Amino acid sequence: MTFRKPTGGEIDRHTLLRFTFNGVEYTGHPGDTLASALLANGVHEIGSSVKLGRPRGIVAAGSEDPTSLVQIEAPFPEPMLLATTVELYDGLVARGLAGQGRLAPEPDPARYDAKHEHCDVLVVGAGPAGLVAALTAARSGARVVLLDEQNQAGGALLGVDEYLDDRPSAEWVGDIVAELRTTPGVLVLERTTAFGMYQDGFVLALQKRTDHLGFAAPAGVARQRVWRIRTKQTVLATGAHERPVVFADNDRPGIMLASSARTFLHRYGVLPGSRAVVFTTNDSAYCAAIDLAESGVDIALIADARPDAPARLATECAARGIEVRAGQVVTGTEGPGRVTAVSIGDTRIECDTLLVSGGWNPVVSLFSQARGKLRYDTELGAFVPGEELDTVRAAGSATGELDLNACARQGREAGSAAAAAAGFTPGGQVPLPVSDSRCTSRSGLVVWRVPGADDASFVDLQRDSTVADVLRATGAGLRSLEHIKRYTTIGTAHDQGKTSGMIAAGIVAEALGVELAEQRPTTFRPPYTSVSFAALAGRDRGELHDPVRVTAIHPWHVANGALFEDVGQWKRPWYYPKPGEDLHTAVLRECRATRESVGMMDGSTLGKIDVQGRDAGRFLDMLYTNMMSTLKVGRIRYGVMCGVDGMVIDDGTVIRVGEERYLVTTTTGNAAKILDWMEEWLQTEWPHLDVHCASVTEHWATIPLVGPRSRDVLAAVAPDLDVSNEAFEFMTWHDTHVAGVPARVCRISFSGELAYEINVTAWYGLAVWEALMAAGEKYGITPYGTETMHVLRAEKGYPIIGQETDATVTPQDLGMSWAVSKKKPDFIGKRSFARVENNRTDRKQLVGLLPVDPTVLLPEGSQIVETDRLPEPPVRMLGHVTSSYPSAALGRTFALALVRSGHERIGETLYVPYEDSLVPVTVTDSVLYDKEGARRDG
Amino acid sequence: MTAEPTSPLAGWTDRLAALAPALIVAERPYRSQLTVRVSDPDAVAAMGSALGVAFPPVPCTFSAGSGPFGDVEVLWLGPDEFLVVAPPGLQTEIEEVLRGALGSHRGSVVDTSAQRTTVVLEGPHVRDVLAHGCSVDLHPSSAPTGTCVQTLLARTGIVLQVTGADTFTVLVRSSFAEYLAAWLSDACVEYGVAS
Amino acid sequence: MQLIPCPWCGPREEAEFHYGGQAHVAYPEDPSALTDEEWAQYVFFRENPSGPFAERWSHSAGCRRWFNAVRDTRTHDLLAVYRAGEPMPEVTS
Repeated sequence: MTFRKPTGGEIDRHTLLRFTFNGVEYTGHPGDTLASALLANGVHEIGSSVKLGRPRGIVAAGSEDPTSLVQIEAPFPEPMLLATTVELYDGLVARGLAGQGRLAPEPDPARYDAKHEHCDVLVVGAGPAGLVAALTAARSGARVVLLDEQNQAGGALLGVDEYLDDRPSAEWVGDIVAELRTTPGVLVLERTTAFGMYQDGFVLALQKRTDHLGFAAPAGVARQRVWRIRTKQTVLATGAHERPVVFADNDRPGIMLASSARTFLHRYGVLPGSRAVVFTTNDSAYCAAIDLAESGVDIALIADARPDAPARLATECAARGIEVRAGQVVTGTEGPGRVTAVSIGDTRIECDTLLVSGGWNPVVSLFSQARGKLRYDTELGAFVPGEELDTVRAAGSATGELDLNACARQGREAGSAAAAAAGFTPGGQVPLPVSDSRCTSRSGLVVWRVPGADDASFVDLQRDSTVADVLRATGAGLRSLEHIKRYTTIGTAHDQGKTSGMIAAGIVAEALGVELAEQRPTTFRPPYTSVSFAALAGRDRGELHDPVRVTAIHPWHVANGALFEDVGQWKRPWYYPKPGEDLHTAVLRECRATRESVGMMDGSTLGKIDVQGRDAGRFLDMLYTNMMSTLKVGRIRYGVMCGVDGMVIDDGTVIRVGEERYLVTTTTGNAAKILDWMEEWLQTEWPHLDVHCASVTEHWATIPLVGPRSRDVLAAVAPDLDVSNEAFEFMTWHDTHVAGVPARVCRISFSGELAYEINVTAWYGLAVWEALMAAGEKYGITPYGTETMHVLRAEKGYPIIGQETDATVTPQDLGMSWAVSKKKPDFIGKRSFARVENNRTDRKQLVGLLPVDPTVLLPEGSQIVETDRLPEPPVRMLGHVTSSYPSAALGRTFALALVRSGHERIGETLYVPYEDSLVPVTVTDSVLYDKEGARRDG
Repeated sequence: MTAEPTSPLAGWTDRLAALAPALIVAERPYRSQLTVRVSDPDAVAAMGSALGVAFPPVPCTFSAGSGPFGDVEVLWLGPDEFLVVAPPGLQTEIEEVLRGALGSHRGSVVDTSAQRTTVVLEGPHVRDVLAHGCSVDLHPSSAPTGTCVQTLLARTGIVLQVTGADTFTVLVRSSFAEYLAAWLSDACVEYGVAS
Repeated sequence: MQLIPCPWCGPREEAEFHYGGQAHVAYPEDPSALTDEEWAQYVFFRENPSGPFAERWSHSAGCRRWFNAVRDTRTHDLLAVYRAGEPMPEVTS
């Protein structure tokens, strides 16, 4: 049997859409929602409740619906959507949910994006108030954005068949929208829900752009878009939601809000059932009853909780044969699933539909998010905006006003005031429409629950929370609505308590014997309606999830089979496996080649900062623990930087380029941080210093050329350079040409081997790298990655900042007292070195560890203990392994570790819990290879 | 032995060209760029006359003109910080000239030519594309031609110049250039480019 | 996303800024003359008021300039911004 009227509604009856729900095929029409199409097919049961498994139906027609949760299965799995907000499309497959859905296991093929938008006046809601507000602001010349969550403008007008100015309201809406669309600087967005309002006029809105197209959605168009709107002024014309009344057995399918039934009728041409009982506390349900009766629904009875029924409306009902009983309430319902009968006092009435109206809740969510104070309106029985904000105004039924003409007037005033506050003078006045509506009275009886309704009656249908749950909370001594919300979970479902929150507050107030006006409402928080993570992620996923930074030489690494390691946002070659090699064998090969002949790596990611000015030396003396002002032009010094707490924050080399100019290098991960650190001291503490810093990290490509044959390779590509040890000493630099390109070559080493660091303008990095590869071919030059670099430096006991250090490690802990000046009167961190804490002998200090079994590779991060048998917990941990590798040069495994009193323990045997045993290790000095430094000069 | 240069977006030339007509995108590589720190008004004026382009007096703007080094732009980067941008190959000469103009005043001149690369964007959708990732209001009333802001585009820092009615210039750190190109390509899909 | 008015670039989204903690905490003239207790006060201790609080911000993704702002810690409202080196202005919260 169909419940679709032959005419009426905003649907296209000439086009059939096929869809499947709970395994059954149905048809609907363009313009339908999944809910309206199901109702047209007589389907009221959607799913079942989350805890009790009770059947759940459709309570409302829009996003306030608490119950019609569905899982979309095709075109793409998507859980927890409301049947009332899913626009129908051909081929849709959905099923009702038992409270929870399932996420797609496969990647979502749809696109999502975000867009920033700036405006003078943002209007949320395209009902009568919002339309007039937007047009008023637009006529003043302001940049206006008008949002509405429906697929067309009109708001509450979409659910009625009333006339404005003696013509169908759709014509009035259409005229306004048409003018808005043709006004420059105005953006009108349908299917767009403002879900969060934040400081400084920042509003987030979700636009569902192609959801409604289903399988026909074009692949190139972002399915959903998060609009990031920055507005000077906002008009909230967000409307009001009808709320139910709590009574016994109030959760059966077929029990629906009266205005929602009216919406299904007028917007979709759908009847909610054949025979309906109406239960109301106010006038508005009369209009629903009359309209439904005129469309052929048998209205069995209107039970009005008020002692007297409104005379004029009662007369109209009588004229249509509708019985009205005043002072009556619903006392119970029956039905195996859907409602089959309703009890009004002693009367039992058979029906398939129960329409309920308990009054109206203005939608104040965004106003509250904007920190607007709410006020309890006793007459309305709801919270309304309680103050005027400088930049946010409410208009229309969002304020509690229900008369259309008055709503439109508020819209005009708000639009005009918002435009004026944004600096615009009024344009042509927008005329206010006159409505023929019969049901505009605000006056109703505020009833939260029917007297005598049992405690098992539902307050939050989605959370299966009952009156008993509320009373248990108040009985436990909870008084704050915030606490009761968390205790009962009322208002925490997908609908955020749009229909249940106010009722829960009312029942709490009654239970506590306090006035609602004294109660603080729960804080409204974003999002107003559900937003998928995919939409929030937008374009920031896959390869765009986080920027991938690459060096100028990157294409070569890719072409030559490098595997990459992420270092911050950089992709760095990790190692270059040859066919059949794993990490272990590749790294042993790279290490051996480098120590025995020559290797080369891409060091371009190192941070580089140009420091210039008369006071540059003085400045660097303050930043580094060692002395930089005495460094001679042409020379290089290694330096350590500490925070004011004396803990190491970075290290690197300092090159003296000129009398007043240095080039400082930082670790890869700290380049931006150290530049900020320098600027912080220069700008906030020492502005008198004549020093300027500039990042040149990406201006230079940097290539360490390492190993005993590096001198030969360099000589081959740098004919102008005297590479002899005498002419080019360790820790000096020379400007020259490498492969014909101007280059700065530094003789520094992070491996203990003879090594050069070649710096060229980044544009030439790739070409120079290739020239070096060619020149080194006869020496078996071997490109190596970060893993080999780590092994080579660890064999020499050189710490890596962030691996051997963790913001609790001093230079002394690292055994680097030699890098801490005793001559300088002050530098950052110096005073902290004198603190008692920094001089404890049991500080964790950097040492080497040699497993007694030279084949055991200790996992990095392993703890270190003192005894060969674990005592009862707590076990005293002496420290942890910071680096651990197999070493080609040592012919065994080794590790670096931070160990309590480590420097005093050299020679001791300690133990590392590893799998089920305690591995004995010998503590050694951290320098394990070439302690004499014999290899430095080749 | 002469090595050939490679620009950060050398591998993207064809892919960027394929974004037209939705967005006309092209890298302008190898431009001479110098980071200048100077605050003394005389030194600022001297530098301006040496280049034939007065330095921009207003924050978040750039100036452009022609002089001994051809078409030169001076971008405001901070209250005493500017980026001088000139045709390729002139960085060494310009550095010398600017140092001379700076004289004994406080300040610095650093060759940062390869630190950033330049991407020129043009077309009716250019503001839309940028608005997908840039929070600065680029409406002509807020960002007229001559505007130069440092801000974020998606997840990378950029220097953004408004150079004409529908033309923008983006300077991006070289290591982020491929990310920027990939992001622009993806953002253009909305405007008719195949993904 | 709050707007922070950079004294040079104007209002920008907070994502462009780095926080720098309490303002007007000068590096001690002569750290070596301080007791451990006094030095610890400088290194580790900062005010944490409920209400207006002068703090440092850097427009790190913009002009890279450090400046000061008075923020009401109860509301996050920025009551004033001023350039480094300038005294804290009178504010009403």
